[in-house]
Parts: sequence; structure tokens; C-alpha cells
Amino acid sequence: MIESYIPILLIIGIAVIFGVVSINLSWLLGPQRPYREKHSTYESGVDPVSTAHYRFSVKYYMVALSFIVFDIEVVFMYPWAVQFRELGWTGFVVMSVFIVVLAVGFIYELKKGALQWD
Amino acid sequence: MMEQLLTDSLNTAPITGMVILSLIVVMINALKKEPLATEYWVSLVGIVINIGLAVWVFPERGTAFSGSVMTGGYASVTAIIFLTAAALTIMLARVYIDKIGANFGEFFHLILFVTTGMMSFAAGLDLLVTFVGLELMSIPLYVLAGITRRNLKATEAALKYFLLGAFSTGFFVYGIGLIYGMTGTTKILDIAQNINAYSSEPLFMVGAGLMLVGFAFKVGAVPFHMWVPDVYEGSPTMVSAFMSTGVKAAAFSALLLVFTATFDFMHSSINTVVAVLSVASMVIGNIVALSQKNFKRMLAYSSIAHAGYMLIGITAGGGVSIAGVLFYLVAYMLTNLGAFGIASFIENSDQTGTDIDDFRGLYQRHPALAVILGVFMFSLIGLPPFAGFFGKYYIFVAAIENGYTWLTIVGVITSMISVYYYLRVVVVMFFQPEGEQVQTARFGREGAFALAVAAAGVLLIGVFPSVVLDWVSALF
Amino acid sequence: MSSELIVFLILAAVGVLSGILMITRPNPVNSALFLILNFMALAGLYITLHAQFVAIIQILVYAGAIMVLVLFVIMLLNLEDEEPLREQMSKRHYGSLLVALLALVLIVQVIGWNSGGTLETMREQSPHALRIGTVEHIGSVLFTEHVYPFELTSILLLAAIVGAIVMAKKRFP
Repeated sequence: MIESYIPILLIIGIAVIFGVVSINLSWLLGPQRPYREKHSTYESGVDPVSTAHYRFSVKYYMVALSFIVFDIEVVFMYPWAVQFRELGWTGFVVMSVFIVVLAVGFIYELKKGALQWD
Repeated sequence: MMEQLLTDSLNTAPITGMVILSLIVVMINALKKEPLATEYWVSLVGIVINIGLAVWVFPERGTAFSGSVMTGGYASVTAIIFLTAAALTIMLARVYIDKIGANFGEFFHLILFVTTGMMSFAAGLDLLVTFVGLELMSIPLYVLAGITRRNLKATEAALKYFLLGAFSTGFFVYGIGLIYGMTGTTKILDIAQNINAYSSEPLFMVGAGLMLVGFAFKVGAVPFHMWVPDVYEGSPTMVSAFMSTGVKAAAFSALLLVFTATFDFMHSSINTVVAVLSVASMVIGNIVALSQKNFKRMLAYSSIAHAGYMLIGITAGGGVSIAGVLFYLVAYMLTNLGAFGIASFIENSDQTGTDIDDFRGLYQRHPALAVILGVFMFSLIGLPPFAGFFGKYYIFVAAIENGYTWLTIVGVITSMISVYYYLRVVVVMFFQPEGEQVQTARFGREGAFALAVAAAGVLLIGVFPSVVLDWVSALF
Repeated sequence: MSSELIVFLILAAVGVLSGILMITRPNPVNSALFLILNFMALAGLYITLHAQFVAIIQILVYAGAIMVLVLFVIMLLNLEDEEPLREQMSKRHYGSLLVALLALVLIVQVIGWNSGGTLETMREQSPHALRIGTVEHIGSVLFTEHVYPFELTSILLLAAIVGAIVMAKKRFP
């Protein structure tokens, strides 16, 4: 049983090897003549001011949260889609109720402007 | 199949109704300008209709959705308790949310979601339903606790409640996982059929123990009570009121259904653990309450103590205890909602002014409020002819019948201790002169009506206990 | 050693190590990255248990969506470095360490009684055990037998949407 996952393991292995090799190869092959200006943070040629850390707005969080909620909604659709014929109209009605409830949430979110940037 | 789903939805009408009501109210908020008053009235009328539906499906005893959820009988009675608590809460909070600046409809939405969750939690016969119900009850409450976002104390309470609540839910789910692992099913009735075989399995008992930790956290029983005082004191007063009555009632109803009515752990080690929790809650809750200066904090410790009294009923087990605990829940719900309600009336707009000293001279300013609060305090002590007396009486009787006389003795002694701190409030209200800052109570017609209902309920149940006792007896 | 055991040992080692690294890194972003590694190892463990659907969800929802949320929260809080927040080991910490060890002993002791659960015994105990985690099986029970908790989940998600807007939207006071 486990053996059937060997192709996936191979893909993961190739991805890791590709990443490691290409990063190290460019480090090996490229010429390296470092000096202070080159190591400083790039700010369009101007001398860097303060740190790169700053507080992100809570708006990003709202977007991520909406994404999760509707991501979970989609996740529940996979098993439904796989068993679509067997479940028939009952499954359709059950899924419709689920989607209608979340559609109410979506309308609410739109009207509250949670997806607007300002 | 489709007809079956339709019949099942009708048989679980109170929950289905609450779901539809929540959707309607959310849509009103989304589509209407200035929706607050409409939302309030639609929520209130909807809850009252749902109480009617719960009464209507009362005779339909059985299960629905292939044994996932209970219908009629027990489910109806618990649903009526939660719905009543929700209706009284939103009436008492109508003016209060204006005062503290939380006057937006989401307050009502969240209350409706919590109530839906409570009803599923208490009627769930599938551990999955119990869990989703628990989450649906808890998550909106975390938000409600911190609904005044600018208030530091409320935010702290919300964060504390959220972190500890999520942690305790972890225990609960782990317990469910172990039980599923041992039995291969999440249907509580299927598990109950072979309960004797499972009771000797250590893994199953560990699972049940972990579930008990989750329940004990939600009811605020002693080793898991650390969050109660801070959260009740910091949250907006009417949210604390709903937490201390509705959530406690829901957690106790689910505990009764799973542990007492179906699994029936009458003579197992679980029972000893519950007895220990009960004694610890009664002793620590009552003794620490003696030294509290803040009214809400005092009620928080008192609610820990009351969880202890109700755990006596869980320990004793059997039909009499189930009726006793349900009766106690009704009495405690009316009493505590009223007491928190009065505190919310005299509170300042920045959510201060709920120290016991702030009740000085309440009798001179608002004699009616003072008298009613006195009634609630006497009911909390458990003096006749108020509802609290019969609550304690039925639980103690059930305990003695089942051979737990020593628990009853602890209960009576700790009740005597509690007289001191409840009476102190009465003394302060009636016999001490007003302070310099005089707070005028604001409550509006809705609040006055709800308070009158609660007080009348406490008196009525205290004088004619059979009104409620007939409903809560012989539910299975 | 069977190939199953080897795979399990590797995944379990990765899971435990990444978990420990996650809680000991001073930089929160590093912690988050180790958390992703931990989720991946867990997904692998689910596959060895023949719970393919849960494994995919673990990657899609947890390693994908939830991690985005965690990173946004880290950026929202703008934690420079956790160093000043760190506490020294106090008596209380040793106490909690002791309790955790006791719990570990208890778990090992309890589970030890039912040891020997290989795939073979699993197959004997429950003939459905091998196909219970497939998408087909989940589809056929989720929408029939467990339809009630499924619909309740939608209300829970709706409550989460309303709650998040109340907590995070600027318009509210």
C-alpha cells in the first residue's frame, strides 16, 4: 500500500534536490566581491532608514480569514463531488443548504465592506 | 431519504427554527439601513416562536438524522431553558448595549448563534454533534466577551477566555478521539449499548475522563475554574450573565445526557472524580467569594459554588437527580440573569461601577430594584419560598436517596457560609447611605419587563415548584 | 523492519523534532516554518494510516490557508524578537514539566495495554479500516449518516465570519 506513494516521494525528493542544488550552484559559480554598500538593504539607491519591520494592517487578516472560511467550504465539496451520482438529489439538497448558509455569510461580508480595502 | 430529512428537520424544529432565525437576522443586518431595532424585535419574536416550537415537538420523543440528535422530551425542555435565557438576555441588554457602545446588531446575531450551539450541544447523541455544538456555543461567546474592543478589561477577558477555552476544547476532542478509537462509532446510543464492556477498557475511561475535563471547564468546576472570575468580571455584564446561566445550563445538560442518562457511570471511578470536583467547587467557590469586593466577581465565585451543588446531582445519578439538576438550572438561570441584569442597570458607561459599594443606598434611589435584588440574593442562598430553595432541596434529596449523605452535608455547610456574602449585598443596599457618585439605573421598558419576568419566575417556582418539576421529570 | 515501520519512524522523528524546534525558536517566523514542516509530517502519518482525505486536507487547509493566517497574525503583532518575553525556568516551570512527564507515563502505560496494532490486526478488527479514510467513503457517510453535524458546520462558519468582522472591522467602535 505504502509503495504506491513512491512517485509522490520521488517528486518531493526532486523538488528538494532542485532547490538545494540551484541555490548552491549559483553561490558556487557566481563571482563574489562583497563590500559594505552591496550588503546593505536595497532601498532604491537611498541610504536605508529604520528597519523593514512594520506593523501590518488588520485588513490582511480579514482577507486571510475569509479565504479560510470559503476554503473549508470547498473542501467539503470534494467528497460530495466524488459521490455525486450515489448521493443523488438528497446530496444536492444537503449541499445546497450548506452553500446557502455560507452565501448569507458572503453577502453579509460584502455589505459590511470586509472585502473593500478602505 | 428526502422525506426522512424533512421529517427529521420538523422533529428538531426548535434548532431548525433557530438556524433560520439566525440567517434572517444576519440578512436584515446586511440589507437594511439602521437595522438595530428591527433585529432586536425579529430576534425576540423569533425566540418566542421557537419556544412555542419546542413545546410543540415535546411529545415527539426519539432521535433524528440517523441517531445524531435527540428530539422532544429532554431536548425540548433544555431548548426552552436556553431560549428563555437568550430572550431575557437580549431584553435586559437592549438599553445596556447602547450604554456601553456595543449597539450593533451583531450582538444579537452572536447570542442567536450561541443559543443554536447550546441546543445542539445539549441534544447531541453523536459525539460529532456534541463537539460542533460546543464550538458553535463557544466561538461567538469569545467574541461577545470582547465586543467592546476599546475596553482593556473586556479584551483581556476575551483573550483569556479564548485561550483557555480552546485549550479545554482540545482535551474534549482528544477524549472523543479516544472513545471513537475504542468503540469505532461516534453514536452515543450505540456506545451506551456496550457500556459495561467498555467501562473496563482503560483507554475508554481515559477518553471519558478527558471529556469530563472539557465539561468541567465549561461549567467552571474547581480545578478548571481559573478563568471564571476574570472573565465574568471583565466581560460586558449581560454577556457574563448569559455565560453564567446559558453556558452553564448547556454544559450541564450535555453532561447529564452523556454521562448520567446514557453512559450511566453510576458506580465507576468517574463518579468519584465528579464527587471530588463537586466538593472542591463548593468549598473553594464559597470561601473565596467571602472576600470579594466586586459584585460581578462575587457572582463568579458564587457560580463556581453553584456548579459544585449541581455536580452533587451528577454524582448521585438516576432520574431524580436529572430532574433535580434541570430544576436547579431553571431556578439558577432566572435568579442569576436577574442579579446580573440589575448590576448592568447601575453600571457606568465605561463598564465600571459594579463594586458592592456601588450598591450603597440603592433602596433610597430605586426601591423596586433593591427589593428584587434582595429576592434574587435570598434565592441564591436557597431560602424558601424562593426558587433556589427547591433547586437545592431536590438535589440534596436525590443525593441522600443514592447514599451520598456526606456530599449533602458538605453542601448544607457551604450554603451556610454563602449566607454571609449574599446578605452583605442586601445590607449594603438597604442600610448603608449613598456614596458621593450616585449612579442612576438605566434599563428601559424592555429591561423592566424582563426583570419582572425573572423575579416573578423565581417567586412562582418557589411557591409552586411542581410547575417546573412536572416538566423536567420523566423525560426519558 | 517493514517498510511501513521505517516510513513511520522517519515521519514521527520529523514531526517531533519540528514540533520541538517550533516552540524553541526565538523568531516567530522560523517557528511558523517549522510548524509547516510539522503539518507535512502529520500529513505523511495520515497517509500511512490510510486516511488520504485527511492528509490532503492537512496540506490544503492547515499547511496552506491556516499558515497564511498565522503569518498575518505574526506580521500584525510585529514581534521583533521574542527574546525579551522569555522567562527563566522557575519552580513553576519545573512543576509543569513534571506534570507533563506524568501525563506521558500515563499515556504510555494506558496505550501499552492495547499495543500491537499493526495494519494486519487493524484489518482483522475492522474490515472497513482500510477504506474508511478514502474520499468516497467520507462522501457517502458525511452526507447521509452525519448530515446533521455537517450542516451545523455551516452555521459555525457563518458565526466565525460574523465574529471576525465584529473583531477586526474598523467601523465598529
